[in-house]
Amino acid sequence: MTIFFHELRRGRTALIIWTAVIAFMLAVCLLIYPQMSTQMGDISAMFADMGGFSQAFGLDKINFGEFIGYFGVECANILGIGGAFFAAILGMSALAKEEKDKTAEFLLTHPISRKSIVAQKLLAMAAQVLILNLVCAAVTVLCVLAIGVSVPVGTLTLLLVAYLLMQFQVAAVTFGISAFISRGSLGVGIGLAAMFYFMNIIANLTSSVAFLKYLTPFGYTESSDIILHVSIDSAYLAAGMAMATIGIVLAFAKYTKKDIAS
Amino acid sequence: MNVIETHKLTKYYGKSRGIIDVTLAVEEGDFFGFIGPNGAGKSTTIRTLLGLISPTGGKAEIFGLDAQRNKVAILSDVGYLPGEAAFYSGMRVKDILNLSAKLHKKDCQREADILCQRMQLDTQKKVETLSLGNRKKVGIVCALQHRPNLYVLDEPTSGLDPLMQREFYMILQERNEEGATIFLSSHVLSEVQRYCKHAGVIREGKLLVTDRVESLGHTGTKRVSLRGITELPRLDGVKDVKQTGDTWSFLFGGKSAELLGALSKLPIEDVNIFEPDLEEVFMHYYTGEEN
Repeated sequence: MTIFFHELRRGRTALIIWTAVIAFMLAVCLLIYPQMSTQMGDISAMFADMGGFSQAFGLDKINFGEFIGYFGVECANILGIGGAFFAAILGMSALAKEEKDKTAEFLLTHPISRKSIVAQKLLAMAAQVLILNLVCAAVTVLCVLAIGVSVPVGTLTLLLVAYLLMQFQVAAVTFGISAFISRGSLGVGIGLAAMFYFMNIIANLTSSVAFLKYLTPFGYTESSDIILHVSIDSAYLAAGMAMATIGIVLAFAKYTKKDIAS
Repeated sequence: MNVIETHKLTKYYGKSRGIIDVTLAVEEGDFFGFIGPNGAGKSTTIRTLLGLISPTGGKAEIFGLDAQRNKVAILSDVGYLPGEAAFYSGMRVKDILNLSAKLHKKDCQREADILCQRMQLDTQKKVETLSLGNRKKVGIVCALQHRPNLYVLDEPTSGLDPLMQREFYMILQERNEEGATIFLSSHVLSEVQRYCKHAGVIREGKLLVTDRVESLGHTGTKRVSLRGITELPRLDGVKDVKQTGDTWSFLFGGKSAELLGALSKLPIEDVNIFEPDLEEVFMHYYTGEEN
């Protein structure tokens, strides 16, 4: 597990910064809820009645006036977008960074199999995503207790789990891509995460491209669906996990045979 | 026993040539110099031996094990120094050495201390602040601290000052005397001539010759330098003619009696006949002159 811990140590600063920023934004968003809710009476109706805009963000389906509706739309997006970017950066740099920084030659001439290197890097990446999400979940619970609102625990948990799975998927897909490139192209990763996000919005707007929901992990993190059905859409989730699996399998298949750039 | 053995090892990067049909054997306990100009295929050969890249054709064995299939077993007994040593930025030298030791699953602390002292390496420094030479030293200690049986060193002395080069070669010679095999690439001929037992010359991806270093210099050719003549005597086997003023210099590969016979008829003021140095022999291989 030397490489696992080595990876965690190397990623420590980035993890702390990303976690701190996302958790802080999340906390701010949660703590202003009491103020927001007093003015929320009419806003909810207004939000639900903005046509395409409401549809794009699922505002037509949920009650923005309830805490869980507010959380699903306002707060969860912070964790969703922030977490997806963080996961994409992690995944994209995991394997490619070694070659870009020319440390691959150092690492791969030690007596460890490439399979083990890929596995340990994958685990380290998952651990970092998990840590970020656990901290954010803890902050959410603390803030909820602080503002003293009653919360449907099951729905809240489902939302947080969905976002965690989504970040795992983004990380796994970008991890797969990173095995194929020799220069850490963070732009590609961030671009992909943003594309996933917008794919979901477009799919919300037009039912003719609803199939996009199968291609983006934001399909199963749709707050309005989770709140409405108190479940994660299993078809979208299955498609997402399949994509993640393909990413991981490709990473192993490619990296164990790859010619390492000098 | 051969520690390194390759058979028709070939590597193409897409369409561009890496190495072609390199067949090479390095015996246990050898001190082997692998010489060639930049881009000749030295690093490609080394990187294929270590499994960093896979060959397009042929095969390579180290310790009698297939270099592609038994990487982990091979690498646990190999010390490799890359041509351009790069390390994880933000880490201190001692952390890098520690990481390398951990990846080897060995406690190398004592050996690392000795090596760092001999190479005058400050282990508290962060690697990104180090000069090229000092970074090279980190690579050297990483390659040597776990006391492997085979050392594969890609242009090990580039960036080191002459004193450090000497110290480094002293360490290598000690290891070699203890039985370890050393395989190094270089384009500095003098160090190969001085320290290596065997040498191989590679040019444009092809291995041209491997032999004992002394034999490589013994080609039967003499360098002849004459002063005081206006034109060269007519002789077979004259090449690489150079003229500066009234001094002529050429390589002569024919019979000595013929040379002396021809010279005796000329109004020569001064004559020198000597063995060409290894450099001249290699220059001949490097530039690919035909005989």
